[in-house]
Amino acid sequence: MQIPLSWLREYVDVPFSAKELAHRLTMAGLEIGGVEHVGSQWEQVFVGHVEAIEPHPNSDHLKLATVNLGKETFKVVCGAPNVAAGQNIAYAHIGAKLTDPNTKKPTTLKAARIRGIVSEGMICSERELGLSEEHTGIMVLPADAPLGISLGELLGDTVLDAEPTANRPDWFSILGVAYEVAAITSTAVREPEAAYPESSQDANSLFRVHIEAPDLCPRYVGALVRGVKVGPSPAWLQQRLTRAGMRPINNVVDVTNFVMLEYGQPMHAFDFAKLKGHRVVVRRAGQGEVITTLDGQERKLDSSMLVIADDRDAVAVAGVMGGANSEVSSGTVDILLESASFHPINTRKTAQALKLRTEASLRFEKGARPDLPPLAMGRAVQFILQTAGGQAARGFVDVYPGKRETAPITLTQHRIKQVLGVEVPIPEMELVLFPLGFRAQRVPHHALPRETPHRDTTDVLHVTVPPWRSDITIEEDLVEEVARIRGYDAVPLVPLSTPIPLYQPNPARDLKEHVRDELARCTLEEIITYSLVSKEDHEKACAPQNPVLMGREPLKVANPLSAERDTLRVSLLPGLLKTLAANRRVTEGPLNLFEVGRVYLPQPVTAERPVGLPDEREMAVAVLFGPRTVPGWRHDEGIEDFFESKGVAEALIGNLGLRLAVDAANAPWCAPGHGAAVTANGARIGFLGEVHPLVLEAFDIDAGPVAVLEIDLAALLKVVEAAGETRKFKPLPRFPGAWRDLAMLLDREVPAARVERALHSNPLVADVALIDVYEGQQVPAGKRSLAYRVLLQSPNRTLTGDEVSEAMAELWRALKRDVNAEPRS
Amino acid sequence: MSSGQSEFATQLESVRNEGLKALEQAAMPEQLEAWRVTYLGRREGKLTLAMRGLSAVPPESRPVVGAVANQVKTALEEAFAARKQSLKALALERMAQHEKLDVTLPGRPAPMGRLHPTTQTIREVTAAFTAMGFQVVEGPEVELDEYNFELLNIPKGHPARDKFDTIWVDQLDANGDMPMLLRTHTSPVQARVMQKMQPPIRIIAPGKVYRYEAVDATHEWHFHQIEGLAVDEGITFANLKATLYDFARRIFGADRRVRFRCDFFPFVEPGVDMSIDCFQCKGKGVIKIGNRTEPCRLCKETGWIEMMGAGMVHPRVLEAVGYDSRKYTGFAFGMGVERIAILKYGIDDIRHFYTNDVRFLRQF
Repeated sequence: MQIPLSWLREYVDVPFSAKELAHRLTMAGLEIGGVEHVGSQWEQVFVGHVEAIEPHPNSDHLKLATVNLGKETFKVVCGAPNVAAGQNIAYAHIGAKLTDPNTKKPTTLKAARIRGIVSEGMICSERELGLSEEHTGIMVLPADAPLGISLGELLGDTVLDAEPTANRPDWFSILGVAYEVAAITSTAVREPEAAYPESSQDANSLFRVHIEAPDLCPRYVGALVRGVKVGPSPAWLQQRLTRAGMRPINNVVDVTNFVMLEYGQPMHAFDFAKLKGHRVVVRRAGQGEVITTLDGQERKLDSSMLVIADDRDAVAVAGVMGGANSEVSSGTVDILLESASFHPINTRKTAQALKLRTEASLRFEKGARPDLPPLAMGRAVQFILQTAGGQAARGFVDVYPGKRETAPITLTQHRIKQVLGVEVPIPEMELVLFPLGFRAQRVPHHALPRETPHRDTTDVLHVTVPPWRSDITIEEDLVEEVARIRGYDAVPLVPLSTPIPLYQPNPARDLKEHVRDELARCTLEEIITYSLVSKEDHEKACAPQNPVLMGREPLKVANPLSAERDTLRVSLLPGLLKTLAANRRVTEGPLNLFEVGRVYLPQPVTAERPVGLPDEREMAVAVLFGPRTVPGWRHDEGIEDFFESKGVAEALIGNLGLRLAVDAANAPWCAPGHGAAVTANGARIGFLGEVHPLVLEAFDIDAGPVAVLEIDLAALLKVVEAAGETRKFKPLPRFPGAWRDLAMLLDREVPAARVERALHSNPLVADVALIDVYEGQQVPAGKRSLAYRVLLQSPNRTLTGDEVSEAMAELWRALKRDVNAEPRS
Repeated sequence: MSSGQSEFATQLESVRNEGLKALEQAAMPEQLEAWRVTYLGRREGKLTLAMRGLSAVPPESRPVVGAVANQVKTALEEAFAARKQSLKALALERMAQHEKLDVTLPGRPAPMGRLHPTTQTIREVTAAFTAMGFQVVEGPEVELDEYNFELLNIPKGHPARDKFDTIWVDQLDANGDMPMLLRTHTSPVQARVMQKMQPPIRIIAPGKVYRYEAVDATHEWHFHQIEGLAVDEGITFANLKATLYDFARRIFGADRRVRFRCDFFPFVEPGVDMSIDCFQCKGKGVIKIGNRTEPCRLCKETGWIEMMGAGMVHPRVLEAVGYDSRKYTGFAFGMGVERIAILKYGIDDIRHFYTNDVRFLRQF
């Protein structure tokens, strides 16, 4: 909304600079995005009159215009199709300061010879003046604009660019902003008046209004002006509109727009002769009913939409746009003016459905109060008579089915104190409310009904809300008025002193954050990827067979931003693999990434429960890829593989004090023979393994392996909660132990876990570490060699050499018995 | 002097001379140790062996001879200590001279994991509020229209819905409406918490939110917010101001200036836009480059940077969850997580956050 200061000053004094005004309004809630000084850049640009047009001797489309400035005349070459003798135009002298249409920077007009003729200046378009993007023709100025004055004098102004919030339709009006200024400066608005002569004929005898849909139209006010002369508006009216960003059309339409900008009440004018039956019917559209709107578009309506109709046809889409069939044109003699109130949500839906958001619908959808229309109508009739002549019928036709008595709102000092934390005496409240247009009656506390809360101590205000403030309905709304106009700065800082609530455990979040820290400690880097993936990426990660889906389809969004983002993920793997692939292009690795985030598992739908929120399950997934250390002068050889991700699982689960088990199994994304199910204390919590080469290929990762650890945090949480506190103190060993190595040969198929179980079966074994694995030429086919280092230790004595030897012999016997292992010589 | 006596003394003398000579040959610590064992070893050392000759010495001469033996022992021990000392000095000298490190060679990289800047920021902010007695809760990201809008005083058709361009989940209910959406803000957690608990309430709710929005340097369709809510008897706007002021000091520094201006959000009344003074121009609106003065682009010359929306919880929101709005009051606030990180670290493009280029992530 553009607020020209010249217009604002009609209603209220502005005792400070535009910049200061912008700041004060912004603080009070009306954000001013910018202050523009229209025309301050123009120099040597004047109001001129086109005396004559001749053809250019050397061109078909160029013309030679004689421009009169009152004292001098100039010959100007002009190519605009709309230039014509008799127009008032903006004439730029050689040396004039204009705006370069392309760079938007100031530029100076130079003398030019165009097709052999010297042009003594230029006739400007709006774009060349920096007023708008309009450049299909020159800008035509009002006929009564004084010749020879500078354009800045005619059009210059300071304009505030206001960004009203959604609750304040009144801020889409100059008057609404004027009340703000009045409140900020503790002064009063000069309210506009409507006074005009009326004819003896009662409007009610000339036409009728029928509201068939009172739920969508609480009030319709119609007025009739006969014998108007439609033509261009006077200069003052055109200027008011252009500076506020609207284009002048003709005096009748301009007046309706003027009043809309002044009061925030949209209006419409019909050509009365074109209304069949001299009736206005406010009704729902027929399903498929067609209307051609003023913009020339044919529009198909449905029965949810409200129209204004005559005896036969729709003549306007209510609150949105008029119809071409009743449009005011140069031949119009009698006009019917509409000032009505329409249902905000219905207007909004109609405008959205027709993709036709207009100045009118913008205001109606924010909810205007039904007591505004007659105020605006008076102004409109007055200005029609002034600018287009004619005679006003007596009175209005005012149909008001939605009339409701609105009781005053009670505002108490107690509530202000309760909400704001400050005392505001009644005179100070009044000082805020009166300039804003509220009326308030002070009611002494002894006159209040006995059951009134806080009656004993304070007087109250009974506040009547002005017609343009549809946002004020409850006491708290008034509290905000008091707070914002006095200024939020006036409220002191008071630290919270209410009781701190009892602690509520949040173990799921605690575990999630713990896992993040643990994975970072394992030198993984956290990433966060989008929750929406493409269907294609979802399928590439083998997610269709993902058991968590239980055969259901993942959830889709109805209005995806792109096909890349149409599916709610059921696995973090696609995001991680895509990120891995992208990062391979910028680093050699190691690339050890993890994400802790949600997957969205669709829930079963039934007839009784057709819609259900998905199970949002927190997952922790790590991917490990590349060299084990950063390549450098002392780096380790070796690349990340299965055992890297297993190491992460061991650290994570081990540090939680849980018993980890890893058993060969294949997740859908696992390479054959390279996957395992992960269990903690016997409960399945996830998978680990190397990603299937075909999955890698699908994600454009041409080298492997990529090791993955996938943990379901909800499943892990259950184990953690069942285990309770796992960190229990164990006394440190008091007696020294002895380390011994056992190198053995055994069948390749024997899992290492069985060997370790065999070793642990001896009570003197306090620790076991695998120190070597070998398969190859040095051992027979089908065999492999494992070497373990064991710690033999007793809790109650130092072992003798003999005891150690005996334990070793016992270990070898157990190994032979349990896993058929032989010592390797 | 008996023959036994002189023989013994001669023997001792030769051990001494031989030993002192051999000591000069010992140049390495291990040679020195071998020498010690050879000459001073308690069981098999040459001095110990020589001392066995003492038994051949007549008892009356033993004190004299014993004194000689002690002299030899002391001499050898002192020589040993001196040699040890000088070898140590020599080794240090060698370390300084010949084994000097090129200390400018790069260190071996210590493997580092790290948390995403969004996680780090969420932790900083939640820590600031938990210190003020707020507790962390979370809510669903796929939400119902009811929680995302209706319980927050944004009924269907409300123009404030324009501010929340919504991504809808493709599922129809029995009425043919689409009731599920990706939450556009963390505010639905307010309603969920209040439905479950009675005042006093002091919670903070971080999480992902979504908007149907074209992506550019300053807009993402997928980002994070942190919601705060405090409800009890006696909570005021003055408390809200103090709480957010304290937060700004904790997160952005104790010299931060804070501005509260009126703004509109349907679920609060009065509504607040909280800003802090601009990082770049220090609230002046202009920056000096050399002796030129340029408009500050970061704050668009206003000197202030919008930080979050806040306000007193709207009575209709309290009533909708069954609270008595005449008895209880409360405040709520919500802020963008990425925005805080962007301002703190001067990040020029919000798209960096979820592109996850490790060269970006490793800066934090």
